[in-house]
Order: sequence, then structure tokens, then C-alpha cells
Amino acid sequence: MNNASPFHNISPSDDLVTVTFDGIEYILPDGANLAASLLEAGLRYFRNTPVSGAPRGPFCMMGACYDCLVEIDGETRQACMTEVTSGLKIERAHRDKGLEND
Amino acid sequence: MTEVDLVIVGAGPAGMSAAVTAAEIGLSVLLLDEQPAAGGQIYRNVAKADETRGDILGKDYTYGLELVTAMRSASITHVTDATVWKIGEDGTVAYSVNGKASLVQGRKVILATGALERPVPIPGWTLPGVMTAGAAQILLKQSGLVAERAVICGSGPLIYLIAQQMIRAGKPPLAIIETQTKSDLLNAMRHLPHALRGWRYLMKGAKLLSEIKRAGVMRVTGAENLEIEGDTEVRAIAFTHRGQTTRIQCNLVLLHQGVVPNTQATRSLRLEHAWSSAQRCFHPITNEWGLSSLETVYVAGDGAGIGGAKAAEQAGAISALHVAFALGFITKADRDKRAAPILRLQSAELALRPFLDRAYPPSDQVLKPADDTVICRCEEVTAGDIRAYARLGCTGPNQAKAFGRSGMGPCQGRYCGLTVTELLSQETGTTPDAVGSYHIRPPLKPITLGELATLEQTLTDETKGLI
Ligand code: FES
Repeated sequence: MNNASPFHNISPSDDLVTVTFDGIEYILPDGANLAASLLEAGLRYFRNTPVSGAPRGPFCMMGACYDCLVEIDGETRQACMTEVTSGLKIERAHRDKGLEND
Repeated sequence: MTEVDLVIVGAGPAGMSAAVTAAEIGLSVLLLDEQPAAGGQIYRNVAKADETRGDILGKDYTYGLELVTAMRSASITHVTDATVWKIGEDGTVAYSVNGKASLVQGRKVILATGALERPVPIPGWTLPGVMTAGAAQILLKQSGLVAERAVICGSGPLIYLIAQQMIRAGKPPLAIIETQTKSDLLNAMRHLPHALRGWRYLMKGAKLLSEIKRAGVMRVTGAENLEIEGDTEVRAIAFTHRGQTTRIQCNLVLLHQGVVPNTQATRSLRLEHAWSSAQRCFHPITNEWGLSSLETVYVAGDGAGIGGAKAAEQAGAISALHVAFALGFITKADRDKRAAPILRLQSAELALRPFLDRAYPPSDQVLKPADDTVICRCEEVTAGDIRAYARLGCTGPNQAKAFGRSGMGPCQGRYCGLTVTELLSQETGTTPDAVGSYHIRPPLKPITLGELATLEQTLTDETKGLI
């Protein structure tokens, strides 16, 4: 996976917390939009589709497309409608369907 | 159950101005919105965005602050992070905040649920790294993120605005690949005399284009056969122009083919809708006050037909005035007196629309996607699948669901509905109105059984309290 972020932050925050995504630690801005923060951290794909297992990432950023689905504490949630809080344990949604491409 | 005079769904320009207008007249107002702060997508996060962001996003964005401030001073109950999942014909609205469900009874309801990006089914549009142009703007407004090594492609003035903002942020797009053609522009020209009433926007457009040119950004119009390449994420975008194929390596692709009304809520209420051939989308049928085919429900702003932020703000106020009159707060004469100047401004605001609709139509490629292009992102149904269903006798979108699950995933058809209607209309030779659209049933967004349980508990407790 390409971990160089395709985004540049023009006003970075220094109020940071730690979360994990698929077991790996990430330092993200507290209270920020989760999907945006994960994208900034260099994560490109958030879930696999239940049908073919194809990788997907945020598409609309406004809660409409559901391509940003992640699992948090066993619950499937839209990352673009979730705020970063300390200690979030995030996993890819439907990663059992995923292709070996990490 | 809480009872209020007016429930408003959506805190964008239409919802905010409706709330302020109604509250100032003395109506009790409950404003429900999905986001943590007021503004809608257009003014998203405007109250918190710092100066750097404000400078990049420009005055049309920071203007939203006025609306947000006006809202704060009026007596409005604004519930943030609220997911509305059911709206009843009688004005009851069910919503959840942090997994806890509530029910409110409005004497009237204004739906101000805004627009969605038109679906852009082209090869590769499901790859990670492909986003809507609107998403790129939200990332900038909400989180201060600017896309790097991005290509913007499609059709519509929003493309120029985003490009300019990226240039200002020091990260110009690698290229702007537009699908509209010279003949689209020629077709639009007959609307130009009328459009001159919207000269401010024309000037703004010209300024954006010259800024893009000065920055040296590659720009192509009349591009065809767009194809996004990559296996697990975007690597490049290819297109043809005058028969020549060009390929651009990039990190991100930002797609835009205009915006369309978000009709999930209005469809769930079975309001009457009509097809707009100029904007190629469905919109709920409303009168000049935004009143829908149901006496309790109004639709204001882009959700009733695309007109942009200012027109939406005006529409919100106009609907609120009608609600205030209908509930006996103001006289008819008072309503008309207050509405007249707003209606005049609104007609000037909308003057440019017919020109824009003709100059920036959705491309043929997205209206008639190739057979192997995925059109339903959730269930991965292709255009060829839909055409095959049509050959098997499928005439409408709801039947198509049964044939192959299109529209049955979590997005509930938000990003395939229009494409399915277009495809079935082409295949069966009937009008989009006759083909119709997906039935939308509540919940409008997935909710858990736990949320339903909390709602039942509150309602039972309340009933007990009454006895
Ligand atoms: S990115 Fe579309 S729902 Fe989150």
C-alpha cells in the first residue's frame, strides 16, 4: 500500500490522539473527521465490498455513498460521519472478503 | 413526544434561512441536521474554519458565517449529529443522535436536504482515490485537506472553483479534463441574453478561468472515453480527445457531472415528482412557496431543483413565510409583502441556470455507460446487467432491484437511481417519468434495533405519564 498521503493539510492540528486501524497505530487529530484523518494518514482503502471483495474508500464525504464503512467495536459505521476520539479501534469493513494487497 | 410548529430537516442555506425566518415570526422551530455544525455542504464547518481556509475558499464560502450567526441569535432548537430516518405524512419525524432515537411532531415540515453529486459511472470510478469533486471541497472545508497530484474531470462550473482553490492552496490540479463540448456552449448561447441578469456569476466564472490559465493548468474540453486505471487504487486516468488518447498518472481523480436533488426523503413520503429534461433528474413537484403535493410538507432549496446556495437561502425564507401564514402567525397580506422582495432576488439568482444547464450537460458516457461499467456501487451491478433485465421484460427500477439487487445496498440507490432510470428509459423507449424511480422506504439510513428499542421505551414512558 502506498502510504504517502495524497493530501496536504493547510492547517494541521496539534491536539493529537492515538487510534488503531487494523491493529496499526495512527496518530490523528482529536475530534477531526475520521475519514479525512485516515486519508491524510495515507490510508486509501477502508473496506471491501461484500460482493466481489473489491477495495473501496471514501467517495462522497457526506454520508451518502457508504464506501467509507469501517468497523468500530464490532459496529459498522461511516467513517465520514464519525469523529476521531482517543483509542478508537478501527477495522476494515468486510475485510474477510479482501484481496491480499496490503 | 415533543411538538413544535415547524420541523426543518437540513441545516444548509435553505434550512438555516427557513429556521431564522420562522423563529423571528414566533414559530417554535426544531432544526435537525446530520453534521456536527450548521452550514450544509456548501458552508460546511464555516463557523470553525480558520483564516487560511477562509482565504482559500473565498467570500462565497465565508458568507455562510452570516447565516450561521443569524441562526444562533434566533430561538431555534438545532439538533446536530441527527440522522433523520423516518418522516410521516402527518409531520412526525423520527431521528437518532448517537444511537438514541427520538420522535418529534411538527405541524409543518420543511425538507431542506439539498443535493447529491450526479452519479458518474465510468470505468474505474469505484477505485479508492476516486472521489466526487464535492468530496474534495468537503475535505478542504471540514479538515483543511487539499488533494495533491489530482486530476479533476467532468462538467460543470464547480470544477473551476475547486481548481482555483487548489491553485490558491499551492497544489494545482495536474489537469482539468472536461466533457462538455463546443456545441454545448453554442446551444447555451441562446440563453445568454437572459443569463446576463446573472452577470456577477458570469464574471466570476471568467475570473476563475483566467486564474486557471495563468497557473498553467492543462485544460481539455470535449474529452471522451474517460477511463480510470489502477488495481487497488487510482494510478492514472486516460481519455480521448479528437481521436487521440492521453494518459495522466495521478494520485486522485475528482469527478463531477453536476449536482441533482437528493430525493430520498421526498420519495419516502411518496410526494409527486417530475423529470426535468433540462437538468436530467427528478425533482419533487412544488408550488412557488415550496409546498409539495402533501399539505404538511414543503421542500426548499436544491432538494426541490438545483438553483445554488443563494437561491436555496431565498427558497427557505419563502417556504417559512408560507408556513407562518398557514399556521395563522401572519396574514396573507403580510406574507406577500415580505415575500415579494425575496422572490424578485430569487428570479435574478436563477437567471443563469438555463445557460449553465445547457453549457455543462452530463456527458453521454455517464448517461449511457458501457455494458461492463459498474453502475450500482454497492451491489456491483453493471450497465450491461440493467440492459439485460430490460430485454427480459424489466420496465422499472423497482423491478430491476428484484432482478439483480441494484439499489438494495446501503446507499439505497442514491448513486445509481438516476442511471437505472436513464438506462431503462433508453432500452424500453419510454420517458424517464414513465420509467419512474426506486421506491424509498424508511429507514432512510440504516438504524439498529437498539435505536428502535430506545424509541419505544421513551414513547411508552410518555404514554404512561399521560395516564
Ligand atoms: S464517503 Fe460516502 S458515506 Fe462516507
